[in-house]
Amino acid sequence: MDTATATEFTPWASLGGGALIGLSAVMVMGLFGRIAGIAGITKGAVAALVPVPGAPSDRDWRIAFLIGLIAAPLLLMAAGMGVDQTVPASVVGMAIAGLLVGAGTALGSGCTSGHGVCGLARLSRRSLIAVLTFMAAGFVTVFVLRHGFGGA
Amino acid sequence: MRLALGFLSGLVFGLGLVLSGMSNPAKVLNFLDLAGTWDPSLAFVMAGATVTAFIGYRLVWRRGAPVVGSSFDLPRATRVDRPLIAGAALFGIGWGIGGFCPGPAWTALPLLAPGTLVFVPAMLAGLWLGSNAARLPAFQPKGASR
Repeated sequence: MDTATATEFTPWASLGGGALIGLSAVMVMGLFGRIAGIAGITKGAVAALVPVPGAPSDRDWRIAFLIGLIAAPLLLMAAGMGVDQTVPASVVGMAIAGLLVGAGTALGSGCTSGHGVCGLARLSRRSLIAVLTFMAAGFVTVFVLRHGFGGA
Repeated sequence: MRLALGFLSGLVFGLGLVLSGMSNPAKVLNFLDLAGTWDPSLAFVMAGATVTAFIGYRLVWRRGAPVVGSSFDLPRATRVDRPLIAGAALFGIGWGIGGFCPGPAWTALPLLAPGTLVFVPAMLAGLWLGSNAARLPAFQPKGASR
């Protein structure tokens, strides 16, 4: 559904940005004793609005964390940095994608940060299996969408 | 205090996502496009984040308890079960369609791209649906864990 936009390989920016993500995970563990999984943090925040089965009860810092996430690009733009972004435009596609990402991370107890960064750092076997599964599903999905129907 | 520290943690995470390029779905989708416009950046993000967390976790665990929390609360589940696999597979498909996982979707929100404005509410609805689906009998094998 998206048109392939070539992006520049940015090893150093990505490694550095990744280190910041890791630092945040360490902050959340050291300060609150929790896993910095964005799906789980979001679930805890959503539970402030509607009842969510299995949602964590410490909602205060989770809501503040999400506000911090949203503030980050605004801060960079205020500092005069451009924030590069190409978001797929298909409304139906993005609605399906959002539903799958939300439902999948709730069912699988984690996302790229919870299972990926935090789980792998804890050497969790469950998280390793989850990461391999969602990576494989992602590779296959993009292959089918971009190359599967006689596309590029 | 908890709110300020929560905000700061989220801000650092968000700065990491934007600076690493991961708030841009095009970069994520290109990582997943091995056969096309492949961009390996995401692997470097994961490496930088995981190594930092691996070392940092071991440092903070030396303290008996977190600074503003009561105890370290780590996932206790160890079994690889059906919800884990099914959930991760569904997540991966959605990730491959939209190029967003939950963190980047939040950082993309203030840029107000139409795709993001559709994705985020759908993700919240999905989180609610998935949390309820996790209670279905099909996902409750013997000794099931959260």
